[in-house]
Order: sequence, then C-alpha cells, then structure tokens
Amino acid sequence: MPEYKLRINGTSHNVNVDDDTPLLWVLRDELKLLGTKFGCGIGQCGACTVHFEGAAVRSCLIAVSTIGTSEITTIEGLSEEGDHPVQKAWLEHDVPQCGYCQSGQIMNATALLTENPKPTDKDIDNAMSGNICRCGTYVRIKQAIKTASNQ
Amino acid sequence: MTKIKTQYNRRSFLKISAAAGGGMLIGFSWLTCCVSGGKTEEALAIPNEWFEINGYIKIGDTGLVTIYSPNPEIGQNVKTSMPMIVAEELDVDWNNVIVEQAPLNTGFYHNQVAGGSQSIRKGWHALRMAGATARRMLLEATAKAWGVEVIALTVSGGIIKEINGDRTMGYGDIAVQAVAMEVPEEVELKDIKDFKLISTSVKNVDGKNIVTGKPLFGLDFKREGMKLAMIQHPPAFGMKVKDFNEAEIKAMPGIQDAFIVDISVPEPGYFDEKGYQQLVAIVGDSTWQLMKAKKALKTNWEAVSELENSEDHMKRMEGTLASGEMHESRKDGDPEAAFKKASKVIERTYSSPFLPHNTMEPMNFFANVTETSAELIGPTQTPQALEGSVSKLLGLPIEDVTVNMTRMGGGFGRRLYVNFGVEAAAISKQTGAPIKLIYTREDDMTQGTYRPAYLTTYKAGLDENNNLIAFSVKGTGLPESPVFEHRFPAGTVDNYLAEKASTHTNITTGAWRAPRSHFTAGAEQSFLDEVAELAGKDPIEFRLELFDRAISNPVGKRNDYDAKRYAGVLKLVKEKSNWGQSMPGIHRGVAAYFCHNSYVAEVIDIAMEDGKPKIKKVWCAVDCGIVINRDAAKNMVQGGVVDGIGHAMYSQLTFKEGTPQENNFNTYRLIRHSQAPEDIEVFFVENDIDPTGLGEPGLPPAVGALANALYQATGERYYHQPFMSLKTVMG
Ligand code: FES
Ligand code: FES
Repeated sequence: MPEYKLRINGTSHNVNVDDDTPLLWVLRDELKLLGTKFGCGIGQCGACTVHFEGAAVRSCLIAVSTIGTSEITTIEGLSEEGDHPVQKAWLEHDVPQCGYCQSGQIMNATALLTENPKPTDKDIDNAMSGNICRCGTYVRIKQAIKTASNQ
Repeated sequence: MTKIKTQYNRRSFLKISAAAGGGMLIGFSWLTCCVSGGKTEEALAIPNEWFEINGYIKIGDTGLVTIYSPNPEIGQNVKTSMPMIVAEELDVDWNNVIVEQAPLNTGFYHNQVAGGSQSIRKGWHALRMAGATARRMLLEATAKAWGVEVIALTVSGGIIKEINGDRTMGYGDIAVQAVAMEVPEEVELKDIKDFKLISTSVKNVDGKNIVTGKPLFGLDFKREGMKLAMIQHPPAFGMKVKDFNEAEIKAMPGIQDAFIVDISVPEPGYFDEKGYQQLVAIVGDSTWQLMKAKKALKTNWEAVSELENSEDHMKRMEGTLASGEMHESRKDGDPEAAFKKASKVIERTYSSPFLPHNTMEPMNFFANVTETSAELIGPTQTPQALEGSVSKLLGLPIEDVTVNMTRMGGGFGRRLYVNFGVEAAAISKQTGAPIKLIYTREDDMTQGTYRPAYLTTYKAGLDENNNLIAFSVKGTGLPESPVFEHRFPAGTVDNYLAEKASTHTNITTGAWRAPRSHFTAGAEQSFLDEVAELAGKDPIEFRLELFDRAISNPVGKRNDYDAKRYAGVLKLVKEKSNWGQSMPGIHRGVAAYFCHNSYVAEVIDIAMEDGKPKIKKVWCAVDCGIVINRDAAKNMVQGGVVDGIGHAMYSQLTFKEGTPQENNFNTYRLIRHSQAPEDIEVFFVENDIDPTGLGEPGLPPAVGALANALYQATGERYYHQPFMSLKTVMG
C-alpha cells in the first residue's frame, strides 16, 4: 500500500492506505478523528464535511491520492477549546437533537461564513441544503448561523 | 409535600452499585475526555472518592454529583431531562452535576427503552424518588452527625443548613456517612410549586461534545484488536442467499474472513428480524476495503416467495377495503341509517407509502463473543430485547450477556429492532474476534423494518343544519391497519363505525416514529377540514363544537382522550396564531392530534413563492403536562414538525420485483434546509399534570395542518403521500 503524508489540522500524518481510499475513512479508521461522520458515502448528506484549503468538501468523495499537500481541517481542528464562534452559536441555540449530523453542519456553516460573513436566508438555504438533518433541526441551524454571523 | 413509599431496598441499591462500579465505563476510557455535564468551569473539583448513594446517584467528596441516565438517548434528550428530575428532588446545583449513561440493568431500572415517547412518563416517579431518597439519607446522616432532628435542617443547592444555627454541611462532606444510612421507607417529594430546575431550560449535557466532534456514537466505538465487519442481505424481499464467491472475497486485500451467518433465534420475539435470516458477512481491517469486497461479491440468490411491486400494493389494499373481510372494531348508534338520512355525505380516501427510518447514523454494533460470554456495545432503543435475543442465539445464560448503550444518531423506531446487534454477535462468534458491524446507507435503507403503507376511507354525513350525524372510518395497511377506533372523532358523533383489516406483504415493517398516528392524523385531520368546509364552518370552531359534545355528553365509554385538554391546545393555538385574522399572501391550515399521551395542535402558514408552496411559519400548542426541559421540549416538537412535513411532502420507497428502488439520498428524498419551515414557534399549556412524552406527538398533526394549508394555497386537496411528486419539486 502506498504511503501518504497528509496535512490535517495543522499537523502531518503518514498513512498507508489504498490510493482510492476516501479521506473520510482515512480520518475515521486510520487517524481516529471520529468527529467526521459517515451518512451516505455518495456526497448527498453532508455528514462527512471537512475543509479542504478552507472550502467545505464531502470527505467521502475525496480519494486520498488526490489530496497532496492541501491543508485539511476537521471538526477537531476547528478550535482548540470548542469556542469557535460557530460552535458557540450552536451551543447558545442548543441546536443538536441526536447530534450526528452536526459536525458536518458546523463545518459547512463555517465555510459559508468565511466566504460570506453576512448571508441572507436564501444564501443559507443554498449553502446548507446539501447537509441533511434527519432530526429536523434546520430552524435552529439557521438561527445559529445568523447569531454567528453577527459576531 | 407528597409522601411516597420508596420502592427500593438496600439490596437493589447494592446490585446496581456493583454494576455501576464495575461495568459502568464499558471500555469507554477513550471517552473520558468527554464527560457530559451541566458542569462548568466554576464547578467543584473532580473528587478523589465517590460514594454510591443509589443506582442513580453518586456523590464525590468535593460535592460533585454524578447522575446516571437510565434510558437510551436517540436525540430525544432524555440524557438531560431524566437527570434533571433526579437533580430537582436531590436539590443540587445543576452546575455541579455530571451525567453518565447507565448500563442495562433490568433488576434495578424500570423501562430502559426509547419507545412510545414513554421515558419521561414512566420514569417520572422513579426518578423523583431516587433524588428524594438520596436527599433524605444525606439529611439523616447530617442530623445524626450533629445530634439534631432532620426537621431542624434545610437544604438547598447541595448544602445542608441548620435552621436555628450556623452550621452547614456540603453533600460531599456527608456522603460517606449517608451511604451507611438505612434506606428510608418513606420519603417526601417536593411540591410542584417549589421546583427550581424542572420547567427551566437546561442545555443538552452532550452539547459541547457534539459540537467538538467527540466520539459519542456507536459508529465511533473502537477497541484494541477489534475487526470491522459488513453484511450483504438479499437484494429483494422474497429472496434468500444460496452461495457466494467466498474464495475470491477472502483473497482480497485486508479481508480476513467471509461466510454466511444465520441469525434465526428460537421463539423470536416482537423485536426480532422477521425478514432476512441468512446474510453474507465479510470481516476485515478497514471500512474501505470491506466496501470494495462488498462490491466484488457475486452472490447467488433464490426466490423463496413472491417478489412484490408497488402497483400491486395499492391494488391489494383497495381489494381489502372492497372485500367483506373488514373487521368492525367499534360501532355507535346506527351509522347506516344515519348516512341514508343525511342531507350531505362526503367520502374520501387517503394513502401513504412504505418509508424507511433513515437514522442519520446507519445501523452498527460492537460484539465480543467468547465461549462463555457476549459483550455488546452500541446504539439500541431496546437493550433488554437485544440481550434476550443474543442469549437465545448463542445459547448463553442471560447473565453472561451484557449490553451497553452509546448515544444514537437517531432512532425513530428503527433501533427498537435488534437484528443488527444479533448479526454482530453471530459474526463475532463465527470469526472468533471482537468485531464492529457497520451498515452502508444502502444496507440500511434496503434492509426492511419499514413504516407500513396505508389506505383509509373516511365518510361523514351532515344533517340539514350542518351537524355531524354520521362518521365512518375504514382502513387497511401492508400489513397492519392504521385505524384507532376509540380516538377522536369517536365519542363526538351519535352514529359511528370503525372497520379494519390487514393486507398481506412479505416486506418487513416496524414501528416508525408515532406509529399509525403519523398517517392517521394527516388523513383524519384533512378529512375533517373538508367536512368543516362542507358544513360552512371554521375548521377550529367545527372541532371545538365536537369537543363540547364530547365534554358534555360523550358517546360511548371507551374514548381514549380527554376532550378538555384536546380543546385546550386548539384554543391555545387559535389565540397564539391569531387565527381568523386575514394575512395577505398567507394560507393557513390547522390540525390537532392526541397520541402517546400528549396533545398537540398546529397551524401552518404557507406562501406561494415562484409558484411553489413555502412554509413561512408553524405555530404549535402542546399539552404534555409538566414541561421538564423547556427549550429542549420545543426542539423536540420542532423536529417532529419538520419530520412530519418532510415525509408527507417528499418521501417514498417503491418496489419492483421485491427490490427497493430507492437506496440512498440521491434517489430517496428527505426534507432539506431550503424546504424546512422558516420558523416554528412552540407554546405549552401550563398545568400540574404528571409529564408525558414529546418524541412523537409533535409529528402527526403537522401532516394534517400541512395538507389543509396546501389546500388553501393551491385549491387542491392532497390525499396521497408524498404530496409533492419529484416533478413538482424539481420543476
Ligand atoms: S457521507 Fe459524505 S456526503 Fe454523506
Ligand atoms: S441532529 Fe440528528 S441528524 Fe441532525
């Protein structure tokens, strides 16, 4: 198996995996970064969202061999203490129900706010519609994004 | 104060204490990073020593308190609300509370199930008593230490004070003596008006762990030496596995083992799998290699029963309704004569398709089976049923099977059924190693245990003064009928008939959030909307008239609702939503429903935007008795509303030759951000009635309110789910 040197959350990690292994399973199986979740495996639910050079991507669709030296950030790397403004807004609105989709939602929302610090409702709908929440916390997610955007 | 007899004795405490001390941390030491709690930075220090007061409460020498949450956590937030009830009666500061998930212990806890919205309702007394008993023991120990009577003491926030003196004692200082006290035979519960914590809003105890991505879920569980496993079940209902390319699969990189497992258990129970008993199992090191091996499977299947199609399903249910085989489950008066006499008669038929649960976290379970024991860890709504099935499968005594619960990425009824846990045990046994079984989304969505499909016909007759004089409901489903014969409007009409029958299918079904109510509320409440329209009455006034009848002079004795509370939520939603005031561009629908012991009425406001309905606001009025955790209760109702709207609007699972045609989120539609209501406001009826659950009751009325608002917005009635075809949504 080939060896890959990955830049994740500011540190280098060496992994030996098949070249077509999706980043999602490198994170979860090899690096024990379990905050990134598996929901569909085909880019349709957003549970596996991470940042790739700052942009939100579905880690289940990114083969390890295509990452190169790009900087990856996962939910674990979003902040040291869980105090990123988006995480704080999520806690303030007590968004999660089961919680399973939320790291993906947070990573997607963070990327949205970096690109567009004052999103309209429509912008939020457009940016977030690839992230399913089966528990239906959509209303609170929108409120939390607005709270974070005002920080 | 209410005095109640304690149900506990010393021995039951000791039993749970032993389990708590030994088994509690279930190898979750990798999890010690993420203690759940109200605990904040200013909280007390981590204790050196803990004292088990009883199976719910452990007090540390610094005064920090651990409360065990007995029930499975699927997102309904019982892991916060159940310990809140204990903390209220114990009288501790929530900031000094840590919460831990309790292990399965049928000898001690009651009803360790996440089902039927019953956790709070059935747990209420036991949780209060656990807190009150501990408080009493701490008081008695202090009284003894100071040589005073208990009545000379007061307690607040975990500090005991002398009423006529200066002495104070922290729970942490007296805990060591309190554990040695006799368990009191009788304890006093707080007056409801003295509650300090209950009915406030407390944040989710796992909130911080969730937003920082800590490993909390079954899928995140890992143990040294553990292998991973995947299964392949038959592609169609009615098929069975014969053989597969075993040698080829075993030769693939990273694959250790591949075989067929059989999960049939002797005398299967309600929660055992009714469908696929034999599955191909593959064991390996990494998820991705297992997924590739699954793709390389060449399996021979054989048809063992009919391969069904969706078109036949509808015809089959229509056949049942038309046949003479309906079972009359309730009859009041003379419905036949009343319908003949009626000046207006209306009849409508409603349907809904099969639906998978689609919990966001796919099915998975850890199992470590040896010759003499089985250890299971993972997401289950019914740990006790799983323990029983594994014991039967392996022929092991029940004491040698342990089940522990992780947090769950959704339940919705799917994890009441235990097959994935049993499969994990069967695979671990055969391969001789600890394994964690993981389903792909496709496995999860095509495995069965679906919400049944339904078809129901309603008929109503009005007299010349537009009074409802006759009502009938006749329903069937694949396989179960959705009819609740004793629910509203039974009891409000002199002439009433309910009939039901089941229709055969080999597609496996199970409980799905608010079973039967999820369909029935939508059908019944949109039918009543049409009846009210025919009668020329306002839909809320029309219902209130019926409730007046049920309050003053109910028909029959077996009506299963309290008409006053039912009318109460309708009146509250009417007031809060300013029902009756016209709002330009807004089209409104209303519905009310009672199920799982709670009453909910909802108004949905729709605006047409670009020719498509957009839900602007949902107003909810809820009577669930005492509200435990206010904001979390609102979250639960909001989730139910989105779930109800989403599935009624967009979701369906169809079949061709026994094969589900939708198997992932590219073809199966779940509601998304842009389709969700813009706002959902929740109001509670304030009363002192013992609390009931909220996991389910918010969902059913949303379907009716939605159909009725859609009618106002589009002029069309919606009888068949999903209301929005793929074409309507995509344009
Ligand atoms: S798991 Fe990657 S989008 Fe669903
Ligand atoms: S909180 Fe459960 S899926 Fe979003």
